Amino acid sequence: MTSLAVLEPGGSAATALYIVSFSLFILGLKQGTHPTTAKRGNLIAAAGMAVAVLTTLLLDGMGNWGLIAIGLAAGSAIGAYASIKVKMTEMPQMVALYNGVGGGAVALIAWSEIRHGISLGGPMPLESLIPTLFAAIVGSVSFWGSNIAFGKLQEVIPTRPMAVPGQQIINAILGIGVIVVAVIIAIDNDPPSQGLFILILVAAAILGNLVVLPIGGADMPVVISLLNAFTGLSAAAAGFALENVALIVAGTLVGSSGTILTLEMATAMNRSVSNILFAGFGGAPAAVAGSGEQRPVTSIGAQDAAIKLAYADTVVIVPGYGLAVAQAQHAVKEMANQLEARGVTVNYAIHPVAGRMPGHMNVLLAEADVPYEQLKEMEEINPEMSRTDVSVVIGANDVTNPAAKNDPDSPIAGMPIIEVSEANEVIVIKRSLSTGFAGIDNDLFYEPNTSMLFADAKAAASEIAAEIEQL
Amino acid sequence: MSIMTEVTIFVLAVFVGFEVISKVPTTLHTPLMSQTNAIHGIVMLGGLIVLGYADDGLEYVIGTIAVAFGAINIVGGFLVTDRMLAMFAKKPKPKADADGKGGAGK
Repeated sequence: MTSLAVLEPGGSAATALYIVSFSLFILGLKQGTHPTTAKRGNLIAAAGMAVAVLTTLLLDGMGNWGLIAIGLAAGSAIGAYASIKVKMTEMPQMVALYNGVGGGAVALIAWSEIRHGISLGGPMPLESLIPTLFAAIVGSVSFWGSNIAFGKLQEVIPTRPMAVPGQQIINAILGIGVIVVAVIIAIDNDPPSQGLFILILVAAAILGNLVVLPIGGADMPVVISLLNAFTGLSAAAAGFALENVALIVAGTLVGSSGTILTLEMATAMNRSVSNILFAGFGGAPAAVAGSGEQRPVTSIGAQDAAIKLAYADTVVIVPGYGLAVAQAQHAVKEMANQLEARGVTVNYAIHPVAGRMPGHMNVLLAEADVPYEQLKEMEEINPEMSRTDVSVVIGANDVTNPAAKNDPDSPIAGMPIIEVSEANEVIVIKRSLSTGFAGIDNDLFYEPNTSMLFADAKAAASEIAAEIEQL
Repeated sequence: MSIMTEVTIFVLAVFVGFEVISKVPTTLHTPLMSQTNAIHGIVMLGGLIVLGYADDGLEYVIGTIAVAFGAINIVGGFLVTDRMLAMFAKKPKPKADADGKGGAGK
């Protein structure tokens, strides 16, 4: 084995370079707080990654260059191709996929560490054995869970919740079983058993599948965020096992960011993370919505909507999941352009869980060239609602339901909503009166100042834009 | 590096992570998630170390796959984040109907 041979593994020079690397990660993430600096921040973080990779390649005693080159080339080519081809609406499943391969890499590294420990003979030191076992379990769960999440979002696998009878019990047995076997490996550690280790990998893989399969499409963003945190933590654990400071810090950063995002999303849906994971609720068929009585709604066409909008001073557009599904972002932007050409002020109110992952709606609207300044967060826009002439709800439902505020018995009671009905007039563009994923009726549709425009989001927005142009 | 040094680093990193991430506005959460996703591609280092010091058949296979997985994670993650963030950057106002998608309807 020939080596480029400059840096002693674990030596001061290598560690110093790893410190440079994780400092660049932190700097890069700090720049992510504003859209004008975020792009540079991403480049800074990528530079940190380059430093870390080069440092590792320069470690003394490294060999197998041919295989390293093959792995790097194949992985880079696949990653680059996928990232260039992916549509912005498919971003959640892309993140799931990258997350999965990260988790898979961790599980494989853990396996190799165990083999390394066995080859040295004798018991493996617990301070490397325990993190290795942790990395194996979490990495394997993350790999399989992310792949299922990808499959569901890509609609390769049905998005509805799929549960087998006794699911919770099976999961519990698997979860406890994995931990018990891990403890046995740690106790009977002379050397650690590779057979039992592989058993753990497999059981964790089944667990990853079973936990994510019953979760509905609408809850998938929370799951991806959680799995992202998991992969980060498993990378940190691999860092403990390999005594690599770059892995520990970078993995932990991802673990804490994933945790924050997961909790924020759960709060925005007013549900606990465990409810999302174990209730099999998201995307459930709309169970008996309301009393079934027919309540009168005001239905309008594109032309009426165009007139209401064109003669308003201020319009707030509330985009939701349906807009992403209908790929209506460009049509909506065209409608906004027509309004702005007539001097109407247009803003967008973005609920924290609009779209298929947090901030996803912002990406879709940015893709359609909506200026960043017009994208308002919920807390920012709600006080403005009473001064708004027309609010237009496009493909959003539960996040506008006044029941969340008014009805303490509602399943979504307490969920923060965008207060669209505070505006003088509300136009809801929606295909039917069907319920959102919470499976409950939306009182907004029946309020006196609400007009329903029953149509596909994309078609309706294009039509309204055309009508405004002709006014 | 002693285990307690590692734990110290870990705990400090938890706080740094919470501190930095909680300042990112909701608007940028998707690119943020994508960028942190790319950062956990750092596990490729582990793959490189495994493969670089491997000396039997199975290790070669495990190591090569781990490196390839890590490279997908890193390269794909940073590139796609860059694509997204480029959309947020200020652009010279283009004519929005250029891409034909939003066109004037019927």
